[in-house]
Amino acid sequence: MDIKKSAIAGTLESSDAQVTVEPGNGKIDFSLDSTVIHQFGNQIRAAVLETLKRLGVSNVKITVVDRGALDCTLKARVECAVFRANDQTDNLPWGGAIK
Amino acid sequence: MRNPNLKRLRRTMMFLNCQKPGLIKDPYIYKPDSIMLDLEDAVAENQKDSARYSLYHALKEIDYRGVERVVRINGLETPHWQEDVRVCVAGGADVIRISKTETAEDVHRVEAAVEAAEKEFEVPVGHTLLMAALESAKGVRNAYEICNSSERLFGIALSGGDYSKDLQTVITGTGVEFAGARQSMIIAARAAGKQCFDTVFTNLDDMEGFAKEVLMIKQMGFDGKSIINPRQIETVHRIFTPSEKEIIFAEKVVREIEEKRAKGIGVFTVDGKMIDIAFYDGSKRILSLAKAAGVYEGEL
Repeated sequence: MDIKKSAIAGTLESSDAQVTVEPGNGKIDFSLDSTVIHQFGNQIRAAVLETLKRLGVSNVKITVVDRGALDCTLKARVECAVFRANDQTDNLPWGGAIK
Repeated sequence: MRNPNLKRLRRTMMFLNCQKPGLIKDPYIYKPDSIMLDLEDAVAENQKDSARYSLYHALKEIDYRGVERVVRINGLETPHWQEDVRVCVAGGADVIRISKTETAEDVHRVEAAVEAAEKEFEVPVGHTLLMAALESAKGVRNAYEICNSSERLFGIALSGGDYSKDLQTVITGTGVEFAGARQSMIIAARAAGKQCFDTVFTNLDDMEGFAKEVLMIKQMGFDGKSIINPRQIETVHRIFTPSEKEIIFAEKVVREIEEKRAKGIGVFTVDGKMIDIAFYDGSKRILSLAKAAGVYEGEL
């Protein structure tokens, strides 16, 4: 999928994450700010990159501000931001690219 | 095959905003009978899409440890409900709660969408149960036909906020504004062999008033109550769980009726009370409720 415009999903509340996606420069440009970066930074990064791969996104600037989100929340926020960047809200691929 | 969960124990259904990860990650620790993951009123209009992704992953990845997962979808007058149904079914929700139900046709529309989604996502047809929230005078008037509208539908619930607005009154805390709806709904549900659930009690500082209301709706025949906070669970479960005295008496009644029936005796006394066949179903219900609540292990 392409990132057609900037989009944001999630909040800065505890247990949540705020994810911003913007059109990239030919690669994945990943930036992370997390309250638990030393313990879980690698795990968060892996969850985000895996989600982008499943969505077929390889050209994006993505910023994650994590507030202790579980993996399932991180995935949900990344997916939401990517589909918002494409203006798609219906007929979503539940169980397919969204997994 | 009939879904075995149609008649499960549902004393408490706890509302949780799907948009709040902190709320939906571990509500099972409070041991409600059901959680109600809300896509409707608790979710802001511009976050409806976001709540669905959270819901999908919560349903797929969080082990709710046997707590029933009900999802309240947006009303049929909105552009959201069909995608809500798709995500519920794809995620494997146990139940879809239909908002603002007014007619049997409303249930049929959702049922058709659920069946289509079950086929799309290869979920066994019939897995997803339905319940209907009645939020208007028209909905309450049509309660019986709504109860009979679908094999998937196990019950109806009063939604007091919108209902009181439709009646052009306010919630007083006395229950007077809900008296007619509660009575009509429980009669309709029982006539159709379905379950019936009461509306929320929103004043968390008035636990005494809450307990009185729970006792009242239990005495009216309701199966359970929608709740908004874990603090309300213990009160509902305590009031809805048969006491030891009730269980012992029910056990005696069932045994005596079965024994006397074999001898051709129709009326007799148990502990000084006149008993006949009319007491059988009620006593069996007390025992099954006690068993489901984990306080009775007998064979009856």
